Amino acid sequence: MNTNVDSSDLPIEFSKVNIDTDNHAILRQVSLVIGAGAPTVFIGPNGSGKTTLLRAAMGLVTASSGQITWGQAIESPPLRRAIVFQRPVMLRRSVLGNLHYALASAEVPRRERQRRAMELLSLVDLEGLGDRPARRLSSGEQQRLAIARALARKPRLLFLDEPTASLDPAATKGIEELVRSVSASGVKVVMATHDLGEARRLAGDIVLLHRGTIVERAAVDQFFSAPATKEAQAFLAGELLF
Amino acid sequence: MPDNTSAFHLLLTADPTLFSIVGLSLAVSVTAAVLASFIGMPLGALVALTRFRGRVFVIVVMNALMGLPPVIVGLAVYLSLSRSGPLGSWGLLFTPSAMVIAQTILVTPIIAALTRQTIEDLWLEYRDEFAAMDIGALQRISTLLWDGRFSLVTALLAGFGRAAAEVGAIIIVGGNIEGFTRTMTTAIALETSKGNLPLAVGLGVILMGIVVLVSGLAWGLRRAGERFAG
Repeated sequence: MNTNVDSSDLPIEFSKVNIDTDNHAILRQVSLVIGAGAPTVFIGPNGSGKTTLLRAAMGLVTASSGQITWGQAIESPPLRRAIVFQRPVMLRRSVLGNLHYALASAEVPRRERQRRAMELLSLVDLEGLGDRPARRLSSGEQQRLAIARALARKPRLLFLDEPTASLDPAATKGIEELVRSVSASGVKVVMATHDLGEARRLAGDIVLLHRGTIVERAAVDQFFSAPATKEAQAFLAGELLF
Repeated sequence: MPDNTSAFHLLLTADPTLFSIVGLSLAVSVTAAVLASFIGMPLGALVALTRFRGRVFVIVVMNALMGLPPVIVGLAVYLSLSRSGPLGSWGLLFTPSAMVIAQTILVTPIIAALTRQTIEDLWLEYRDEFAAMDIGALQRISTLLWDGRFSLVTALLAGFGRAAAEVGAIIIVGGNIEGFTRTMTTAIALETSKGNLPLAVGLGVILMGIVVLVSGLAWGLRRAGERFAG
């Protein structure tokens, strides 16, 4: 087991990964290398395997066959990786309580937690809401708190599963700005979305998934200006992929 | 205590007999509910968080035991504690301790089943975040217990309410001995059959008051839980 905190989890390499649940194939023969740089964005219709791919990259789902490695290591505890789920669950505590919990789980010494928690609050623009019960926040605020909680781990890698799926445009803009600044600070962001506009605004490279397989992988400009596959052309044209 | 006094009079004059009965009732039922929590909460949490063969069976039995008839528990405890029973040498039959034992048995399944449900629901909700934050087993359990605290206190109150209201078990194992094992429920049963209605009504009013208070407390806690913990 790799316990060296400073070793990099990058690149994440999937080689011929299959993931099944209950005899149902979710991902098929996925080979993918995720390296440093601008955000990698997974797009594709619902049920195409984006979430499972994110969870596998985080290390929460094990491959049924094939291999996933983080910086060449087969097993890597998620010390410097963090994930924000599509519907993040707020602990039944205050906003600050949630941050303290995440900081404690990341083994931040007790005396530093309050200072770090306040920094995180201001980073995600939730100052003044520290004492509010987390589950009473709006969904945009909960999403921002979830990102703050993920950042409490000082991740090198941040996975985001449809972070703006149920948010209004103003809240979406806030999240996108946050993602951009996190990415600019050197954190590798890997994100799933089915919002093409968002993918175009944030991505460095795009991975298009369809029925559990990767149909196209390209740099963002190339993907949007000259999609190579029939599926990508159809998806960009707004046709429904089944 | 003269038989012709009214229930009101007994209450207003803080009649010592009345209050010793109320005091014993509370002491027995509170002790039983607390003991049952010590047994039932870890048991419920354990069943909620582990997977083993026959788990569904255990859950079904636990839920069924919530409706355990008090007289059956009383009879079983009576047989165990009676002179010729396996635990007869303890000499506990017809003592408050025997009543605590019977009520603990009665209430443990209620607290265990409610705890199991609370912890399992929370676990299903939290498990992804636990995995993402790499939380260890002990920390997971303490988080679930803490975040479920309002529901767990409600479970304890439900157990107490059940214990305070039952008569079947304690009348068998306690024997309703005046000044020693007489509680509100056993006294109401006795005084009613004797025709001493003022005392029965006085005790009934107090018992109802306690039941209303406890359920009000449970409701208030739930509200507080929603407000402070969401």
